[in-house]
Amino acid sequence: MSTVATIAAPRARKRSTGTAITYVVALVIIAVTVVPLLFVIVGGFRTTAQINSDPAGLPSPWVWDNYRIILGSSQFWRFLGNSALIAVIATVLAVGFGSMAAFALSRYTFKGRDSIYTLFTLGLLFPLTVATLPLYLWLRQLGLLESPLGVAIPEAAFSLPVTIVILRPFMHAIPGEIEDAAVLDGATRVGFFWRILLPLSMPALTTVAVLAFVTSWNGYLLPLLVFNDSQHFTLPLGVATFQSQYSQDTARVLAFTALSMIPALGFFMLAERRIVGGLTGSVKG
Amino acid sequence: MTTDLATPVDRPPGESKPTAPRPARRRSSTRTKLELALFLGPALVLFVGFVLVPIGIAVYYSLYDWNGFGPISDFVGIKNYKDALSGNVFQGAIGHNVIIALLSLVVQLPLSIGLALLLNRKLRGRGFLRVIVFAPYVLSEAITAVIWLLMLQPNGFADQFLRAVGLGGVIEQWLANPKVVLYTLFVVITWKYIGFGIILLLAGLQGIPAELREAAALDGASAWQTTWHIVVPLLGPTIRIWIFLSVIGSLQLFDLVWIMTLGGPANATTTMASYMIDHGFKRYEFGYGSAVAVVLFAVCFVFALLYQRFALRRDTAGALTRMAG
Repeated sequence: MSTVATIAAPRARKRSTGTAITYVVALVIIAVTVVPLLFVIVGGFRTTAQINSDPAGLPSPWVWDNYRIILGSSQFWRFLGNSALIAVIATVLAVGFGSMAAFALSRYTFKGRDSIYTLFTLGLLFPLTVATLPLYLWLRQLGLLESPLGVAIPEAAFSLPVTIVILRPFMHAIPGEIEDAAVLDGATRVGFFWRILLPLSMPALTTVAVLAFVTSWNGYLLPLLVFNDSQHFTLPLGVATFQSQYSQDTARVLAFTALSMIPALGFFMLAERRIVGGLTGSVKG
Repeated sequence: MTTDLATPVDRPPGESKPTAPRPARRRSSTRTKLELALFLGPALVLFVGFVLVPIGIAVYYSLYDWNGFGPISDFVGIKNYKDALSGNVFQGAIGHNVIIALLSLVVQLPLSIGLALLLNRKLRGRGFLRVIVFAPYVLSEAITAVIWLLMLQPNGFADQFLRAVGLGGVIEQWLANPKVVLYTLFVVITWKYIGFGIILLLAGLQGIPAELREAAALDGASAWQTTWHIVVPLLGPTIRIWIFLSVIGSLQLFDLVWIMTLGGPANATTTMASYMIDHGFKRYEFGYGSAVAVVLFAVCFVFALLYQRFALRRDTAGALTRMAG
């Protein structure tokens, strides 16, 4: 009994020191992550004069004007709308066409199936950045510059590889008996795909939809090239432009940036499990 | 490499083929072909038209001297490539990409592993911490760039903060000193991407059975030995995937650079991608810019092939093709 106590005591102390260190490190991580975000959000409640005289201070008094003016102007809402429109089109195209292709590649046997699949997987190695310059020229030739489709279509195309790579094994794993049963009940393959396979694939579909949406939402380079007219700007492009346009009015830029963070952070809070699961799952070793 | 990518999905271990031909009701081959065209067609058109064709035409443009307008007639062969690869600025750009990639491996990887190990302990509020740590990753690079651009203004928030904690001596012209600015960018990159590494490694750690550590501890291994000889090797597949993503990301670095420094001052932060956009898009040297695009593409492609061949092949499931959980 006593030996147990003497062995246990130092170990418990050691563990509590370790725990203390863990908590300290955790606090440091939180601070490093959150302070820049707070700087932006709180800074939006100050005036540029306040910020210039004391960059790290708190608002005194709190000023609502920056946020009110931006929320009252059409500019912010237009950027937001453009981003949403493009991200929705890109996601619908990527998930729609991607799931159809994954269906064909997982549940049909035909010559060239593996080559076509390999072709798509190769796309994983070509991120959009590499192709933007030729893509710009290509879009100009197709007359898609200054159009939301000019951004959404290429983004969807570049999201196809990861979509198919995630969906195909998922659809592959759905037992053939289910399809047999559907066929016996008179379903065509198209009917099976639409009414049975897609609903069964919902978890994987959500993952790929989130991936495609977030990628499009955060895109900067392609909108930068495709859009010249600020009427068409997306949020990332809008924030960067607003910053250089009003570089003298720090408070307004901070408020604008803070508001631009809200959709991404809010979406993340709502779908944290999906996003983290999707991003780590899609690359999990 | 192609087989590396394709094999695991083609033949998942222990899975039956889902669609064996059904003798009871054979579909007419015309109908099957029609269905295949219907299902595969749109994705193929999209993929070929907007991924493969642009890369193909980049190779074609890169052989010409062309300003983006008028007929493409001034064939110059590989001159654009020679000019780019022998130019100081582009060589510097490649160097900057390599420095960022190496720094990520040397700094971010150990940091991510250390923090993931720490956060894997039983900890109150771990879920909350997970959300916080990941938050910068969901912000766009554009927003991240603007946030840090404002914080790093001379005598701005960052400087005042450093003075307050007694580090006033290290204050620099963060974005104006050519000797410092690349490292400033690296700090911002780390802030944005470290959470992704931590989350990835935490997911990997969940997959390591606790019995393994307990067994090692019973055999007299210290906590350090257990971590170093058992946990870290078992994280191998996750670490290898992280390295792959990190290097590819470092090679493509653009948004942050373009917004924070435009590649300056004095080309101190030019990257391959910023150089490409600067020449192709800003200076209308589309032939030359296309050559740079092809070089960037080739660098990424060769790295990906070699990495798949030599590092990822050991991971049984060719991790890229693993399905999401």
